[in-house]
Formats: sequence, C-alpha cells, structure tokens
Amino acid sequence: MTRATFVAFLSHWWRNKLQLAMLLAGLALATALWSGVQALNTEARAAYATAEALLSEDGAAQLEHPSGQMAQDRFVELRRAGWLVSPVLEGRADLGETRVTLIGIEPLTAPPGAGPALAAQDLEGFVAGTGFAHPQTLREIGTSALDLRPSNAVPVGSVLVDIGTAQRLLETDRISHLTVNPDQPAGLRPLNEVAPDLRRIPPGEGAELGGLTESFHLNLTAFGLLSFAVGLFIVHSAVGLAFEQRRGMFRTLRALGLPLRVLTLALVAEMLVFALIAGAAGLVLGHVLASLLMPDVALTLRGLYGAPVPGALQFNPQWALAGLGMTLAGTAIAGGQALWRLWHLPVLAPARPRAWAQASRRGLRVQAGIALALGLVALILALRPEGGLVAGFALLAAALLAAALAVPVLLSAMLSVAERRARGPLAQWFWADSRQNLPRLSLALMALMLALAANIGVGTMVASFRATFIDWLDLRLVAEVNVLPANAEEAARLEPFLAARTDAVLPMLRIDATLEGQPGQVYAMKDHATFRDNWPLIAPVPQVWDRLAAGEGVLVNEQLYRRAGLDPGADRLALPGQDPLPVLGAYPDYGNPLAQAVIALPRFQDAYPGAPVRQFALRTDNPQALIAALQDEFGLSAAQITDQAQAKELSMAIFERTFVITRALNVLTLSVAALALFAALVTLAGMRLTQLAPLWALGLTPRHLAGLELARALVLGALTLLLALPVGLMLAQVLLAVINVQAFGWRLPLQVFPGDWARLALWAGLAVLAAASLPALRLWRDGPAQLLRGFAHER
Amino acid sequence: MTALALEHIHKSFPSAEGPVPVLRGVSMTLAPGTAHALTGESGSGKSTLLHIAAGLETADAGDVRVAGTALGALDEAGRAALRRGRVGLVFQQFNLIPSLNVAANLAFQARLAGRYDAGFVAHLTARLGLDGLGARYPEQLSGGQVQRVAIGRCLAARPELVLADEPTGNLDEATGDRVLDLMLELTAEAGAALLLVTHSPRLAARCDTRHHLRAGLLEDTA
Repeated sequence: MTRATFVAFLSHWWRNKLQLAMLLAGLALATALWSGVQALNTEARAAYATAEALLSEDGAAQLEHPSGQMAQDRFVELRRAGWLVSPVLEGRADLGETRVTLIGIEPLTAPPGAGPALAAQDLEGFVAGTGFAHPQTLREIGTSALDLRPSNAVPVGSVLVDIGTAQRLLETDRISHLTVNPDQPAGLRPLNEVAPDLRRIPPGEGAELGGLTESFHLNLTAFGLLSFAVGLFIVHSAVGLAFEQRRGMFRTLRALGLPLRVLTLALVAEMLVFALIAGAAGLVLGHVLASLLMPDVALTLRGLYGAPVPGALQFNPQWALAGLGMTLAGTAIAGGQALWRLWHLPVLAPARPRAWAQASRRGLRVQAGIALALGLVALILALRPEGGLVAGFALLAAALLAAALAVPVLLSAMLSVAERRARGPLAQWFWADSRQNLPRLSLALMALMLALAANIGVGTMVASFRATFIDWLDLRLVAEVNVLPANAEEAARLEPFLAARTDAVLPMLRIDATLEGQPGQVYAMKDHATFRDNWPLIAPVPQVWDRLAAGEGVLVNEQLYRRAGLDPGADRLALPGQDPLPVLGAYPDYGNPLAQAVIALPRFQDAYPGAPVRQFALRTDNPQALIAALQDEFGLSAAQITDQAQAKELSMAIFERTFVITRALNVLTLSVAALALFAALVTLAGMRLTQLAPLWALGLTPRHLAGLELARALVLGALTLLLALPVGLMLAQVLLAVINVQAFGWRLPLQVFPGDWARLALWAGLAVLAAASLPALRLWRDGPAQLLRGFAHER
Repeated sequence: MTALALEHIHKSFPSAEGPVPVLRGVSMTLAPGTAHALTGESGSGKSTLLHIAAGLETADAGDVRVAGTALGALDEAGRAALRRGRVGLVFQQFNLIPSLNVAANLAFQARLAGRYDAGFVAHLTARLGLDGLGARYPEQLSGGQVQRVAIGRCLAARPELVLADEPTGNLDEATGDRVLDLMLELTAEAGAALLLVTHSPRLAARCDTRHHLRAGLLEDTA
C-alpha cells in the first residue's frame, strides 16, 4: 500500500519536472543564503575566540596605564610584590611585504593560553627570535628576517613573538600592559596599593571584539533570514500549487481506501526527502557562497573593527547540521498548510479546480487583518525607540511582514479599480483575469515586494550614508599631511622639525579609557582654526570652542552621545583621573565603533603626562615638499606618511567594502524573488491552458496571448514595485534612525535617490521579464498544440 | 455561398508506431441556415474535423473554406481573425472566461469582432433565460446555464458558422434537450449554419442533415 501510494505521489513530480526543480531550487537557495550567512558569522566568531584565547585560555585580567604603555620596571616591581603578572607588548610593524601587529609575550611568566603553549614547543628558539603567525599572514608577509612558523592559534594579521624580539622590532623598551594570572598566591597587598596608577581591566572587557562586531553579525543574520524567508515563499508556493494539482488524486486515493494517516505520512515523507536533498545541495551552495564572500567580510571586519578574521572559510559540521535543521524547519512551515488542508480534505467534496483560489480569497480578509495587527505592532515599536537593537529588528520584521501580507490585498484593490475603468473587452478581461489569478501569484509577488523593498531600503540607507560620509570626510580630513611617529622618541624629534616647516602642527594624543561603561578613547585637541572652522557639531553649547580650549569641558563623539544619552550643557562626563567635565557638544564620527571624548591639549597633557603623540596632522601649502623632506631627514616609511587624498581614499575604500556584502545579498535576494515568480508562472502556465483556450478559440492568436501574459507579469511587477517604494523608504528610515543608532551609534538624514529607483525598476523589469518569458515563449511557439490540450479531454 | 466547405480533408497524428490517420478524405458542405450533426465513435475524428473547420488545427491535405475564405491561404493570425468575425464555437466545457461575469462573457466575442449590439444581446439573454444572471461568475452557474451563456456569446457576434462540440455532453437529458432546442432555434433565426458534434443519435436526428464518421471516413449522410 505504501509503495503504491508513493508511486502515485511521485508520478505527479515525474510529469511536472520543472515544478519539482523549482521546489528543490527554492529550498536549496533558501538554505544556501541562510547557511552561507551563518558560515560567515561562525567563521568570524571563531576568529574572535582564537584572538581572545591567544594570551589566556581562562580569561586573564589586564593591568593598563592610562597612557597606553608603561616602563618594563613595573613588571619587576609587581613580581617582587608577589603578583603573578606577565608583560605583553603590542605594536604595528612592517614585516616582509605587509604591516602586522606584533604581539610580544614573556613565555615563562605568561598565564596558560594558546600563545604560551606555542612558545613552549621550542622555548629556546622562541626566546631567540622564532615567531608564529597564521598561514594567511605568512603568505602576506612573504620573506622576512624572522624565523616564522605557521599556527592557526594566532589571529590573522598578527605575529606572536617573544617580548624581547617585539621590543627590538618596535624599537622600544616599554611594554603595553600586564596580564594578571587568574590564580594568585594568598595574602598579597591589593593592586590598588601596589600600583595605584594602573587600571585593572577584568577578563572579557579588554577583548571587546565580540561586542563591537555583534551589530555587524546581527545585520548579516537579519539579511540571511530575509533571504531565507523569500526562499520559503517559493517552497510554499510550489507545495501549495502541487497540492492543488493533486487534490483529485488525494480524493481518489482516499476513496480507494487509503487511510488519511498513511496519506499524511506519505506527504510528510515526500517533503522530508525533498528537504534533505535540497538542504544538502543548499549547504554546498551556501559554503561556496560564503567562501566567495569571506574575503570581503574579513576586509570589512578588519577595516571597521580591526577584527582579525581570516579570508578563507573552514568547514564546520555544526554549521552544516544547523543549516539542515533550518531547512527542515522551513519546509515544515512552508508545507504545514498543505498538510492541514490534506487533513481536512473531505472525501466526497466535488472536484473544484478553483477551490484553492476561493480559499485564498477567503484568506485575504484574514490576511488583511493580520497585516493590520502587525502594522500596529510596528507602530508601537517605532514610538518606543529605547527598545534596543533587538526591538529595532522586531520593528523591521513586523513592518515588513505586515507590508508583505498587505500586498495581495492592495494589488487586488488596484486591479479591481483598473478593471472598472477598462474599456474594450480585452482590457476588461486582462484586468479581471489578472485579479483572478492573483491568489496563485500572491506568494511570489510578496517575495518580490520584500526583495524590492529591501533593495530600496538598503540602497537608500547606503546612498544616504555615502552622501553624508563624503561631506563629512571633506570637513574632517582637512590636514594636508598626516605623520605617524614610530615611537615617543621619534615624535619628540619630529615636532620641532615640523613646527618650522608647516603652518600648523596638530599633535594627536590618545589614551584608552572606559567612558560611561563603554570601551573608548580620550583624545587631545589643539585649539586651531582647522577644528573651529571645519568640525560639524551636534547640539553644541554657546562658545563651544572657546570653552573647550579653556579646558572647561569635553566634546564627545555621536556614538557616545546617543548611547549614553548625554545632554550637552546639562550632563557631565567622567574621564580617568579627572573630575567629571561638562559635555559641550557632540561630533559625527562615522565608522568608529568606540566611544570617544576630546579635551583641550593642555588639559590632556596635565592629566596624562606619559601619553605619547600617536600622529601629527599637518597644515601646509606644499605637502609634497614636506613629505619629501620628512623622508630625506628622518627616513620615514611610506606607511608612516599619508596625504589628504590617501586618507580619503582609504576611508572611502573601507566604506565601500563595508557594503559589499549588503549589495551581494541584495542582488541574491532579488534573484531568489525572480525565481519565485518564475516558479509560480511556470506552474500556473499549465493550469492556465483551460483559461486561455477559449480566448484562442474566440480569435486571439497565441502570439497575442503570449504578449498579454508578458504584459500581465510586467504590470504586476510594476504595481509591486509601486507598493515596495514606500515600504523600502520606511525600511531605510528604520535602518537610519533606529538600527544604525542602536548598532553603530550614529544617525543619518534620509536622502532619496530616484535615479537608483529607476535603475532598480529596470532590473526588476528584466527579472520579471526573464521569469515570465519561458511560459510566454512556450505559449507563443507551441501555442495551438498547447491550447488544444485545453480541449483535449473532449477528443 | 456556402457557410462551410470541406474537401478531401486528411489528418494524421504522430505516434510511437508511426503516423495514425484520423481523417482520410472527408468532404462536406454546409449551406447557411442549415443544421448538421456529426456523429461517430470515440476517436473517430469528429472533434479533429471540427477543429480543422474552425482553424484551430490545420489539415494535412484538403481544402477548408469558411464563408468562401480558404483557410489554407491564411496564417495563424488570419485564421484567428476569421474565427473572431465569422465563426462561433461552443465546447463541452471550458467555454466561458472564468474571470468575467455572465454579462461580460455574453458581450465578449461581439465586442471583439466589433459587432456588439446591446439590444440584440438583451434579446438573446431573454431568449436564453439568463435574465438576472448578468452579475454572476461562471463558477456560480449550473452546467445548463454555462452552456446557454456559451451559446449566447457565440450568437451575439452574429457568426455565419456555428461549430458545437458535444455542447450538451455534460448535461442531463432534459437540460440537454432544452439547450439544443435553443441552439437550433437561434441559429436558424440568425441564418447561421450549425455543425453539431454529438454521440447521441437522438440529438443528431433533430438536425437537418446527419453525417457519420467511421475510421476517418464519412460513412453515410442522411
């Protein structure tokens, strides 16, 4: 009985191979997009964990000086006091053909961790100068004077060496910080007595990569989920149509005595087999997709957050299992309705080929109600912006789902108006027929609307961001030349030289600090027209620059201003080692994940006397001459000198890379939506023969009918685009005003770019035409033979 | 001028065992205002002959003339235009356009042919007993009502030739009789020739002329 049932079930797919291909393609694509995104996230998170485990596997606290470095004697001093601490030196250095982060550890005193374990493999060699680097970093370095060995335990872009080697390469005798062993002897004098000037950073707080990059991964996950949902629309549509087509067979099987339980189990087994086949294919596709995107993701994460993520992807069985689980869950969601309908299918109900459409019409009212309810939820969430990033995404999900559910309702209303206004029998038929077939196409059109809205929304967000960012860069990067001294000594030698040859030397000093509980930095600012004339400010107090120069307050970046809810003129900000200072205003600081505060240079130097100059921003009329002089006199490398154009180019490159993934996912989502439409149109084409055959008999040519089919797809696509426009703009507004503020800490003005919409309309038109062309072409080419099938039963 | 002239029509369909002849030299002439029945076993080629007469299929050999126009000289567009203007078709089912209501279905072909006459459509509607059903959709009609609308739509365009393929095949005997009565009356009133494909000798007997197809040949004409 079971075998016979399966044969009957599978005969449908045997006769409808394209439909089966669409069902499998939908599931595979949904799985591929979701699992591809998850592979990227998993790989990046594994890289963060590697980075965090390098210095300590159990998470060691760190001791830091506010200036960012300390004398090596502090290590000796604390060891003598009985504290089990170990020195670490980190710094950037040119090695071979690239610039790397050197991580110098002292292997004998370091707490247990991946780094010390590597050193222990050949302690003598390590102390003598052997280093370890990720294979990818080794490839980037090429040849170097150091003896470097490959290890996956070292983050990409870093080289692990002995602290002595690091000091030699970085030309310093100082250290960056001390790691504090989690197990300490009892009865020690407290650290705040032994070293009151050192700040203890508890485990986990120093390594903020996970926290900083979480918003990026959340964005990726949201996009993956959207793509997955769009893919599920294809599956739902294919399963629903297949159910409709097999309704008669189900009734016959029931009438022949097949128990409902067996029938249901057979349908479940069929879907399970499809899910496993398509899921496996989707995982392979997802891995390929993620491998293609991984280099850009790695560059973005390195550019935005300095996160060490390798550009290559490793296979992770857990990821594969999770992806397959998602496919099964998705298939259950997409096929659940078909199962429910099968369970409620009356054996003796008359065959009604339009029953599905009628049920869909009844469902339209319910759908409109759900859309309205979800719209209200979105409205409530929008009015309460303090809900955080998750609430922001919940708002997006509710709004997008409401809009998607409203698509068939609104399209039906639009087509109804067009039908009433139509003159001529063909126009009247065209609109009426489009409306009647809407239930069968609605899922695909909902998917198309979501993809178009995502394109408009994300495109508008990126374009708004780019326009604001370019303006901001022009104002922010006014210094003609920037110089990065290798160390404090070089900075001291450079300063008098620069003062004599430039219009202004604007030194940049910085300490790392926790600001309002967030990881951040405090900068020094020299009072100069460069800042007064060019820096745009948000909510500044009166005489802001004079008060800042007088050391009467602090400027904060927009991220800190929004996240901490600071009110310039009313609130104060606590800085390390100082009384809280009044907040004088905020400045945009796009692309920076950290909180930032700026105080006057004299005040900074008083508060943090050891802080070295990290950079000189130089004003000059002749940048090329200055650069040449710097290279001649000090032998500075090209990496240490950047001119204005280079700085802008670098910033724009990081900006563009940030959105490479977004754009790729946008294109993929639109492609999946086009595939959904194609699947629906191909399936519908077979069912439409009996609708089109009478028109052919009444004197319309197959060519005319094929043209009308194409026109219908284009009209429905255009109307869907029309509906997607406001939804996309809403999405952009939520991204700019809610998600970006929560995820990155900055808010941007919404700008509209109708040119981009026109381009999208063109692409969408092409996608719709591509989706509709095969069924139309078949109708045109094989018209009479196909259409006669509409009357075939009469022969 | 004859409404339909078929001369030596041949038609075969391809199969795995080679071409299967369905029509082997069928000839027939229909004068305006006459009703002809075409009977035969299942698979004898009745529907194929009707499709060829309508230009829905082309003959392998032989001439087809509808109201003096040779179909062989026309391309697909020409045949479609001929159907639109001069031929009315009624099938066993799938006659009506499901997305249009009864009123729009009734007027459809006449408007397509540019011969829409509201008064005539109203007259037909009354004669066919369809008053009050104009706003209904095909799915809301009984089988008999659907066929009456199909006949109305066909005649509203004032065709010279009406081709009907088992128009009462899906109806019970009483309803089928009523539908056929109306069809015969109205085609006669309009002066159109009617070719009725049917299995039923009883229905065929009510036409002016009866043709019987057997193995692709017209066997006898009564």
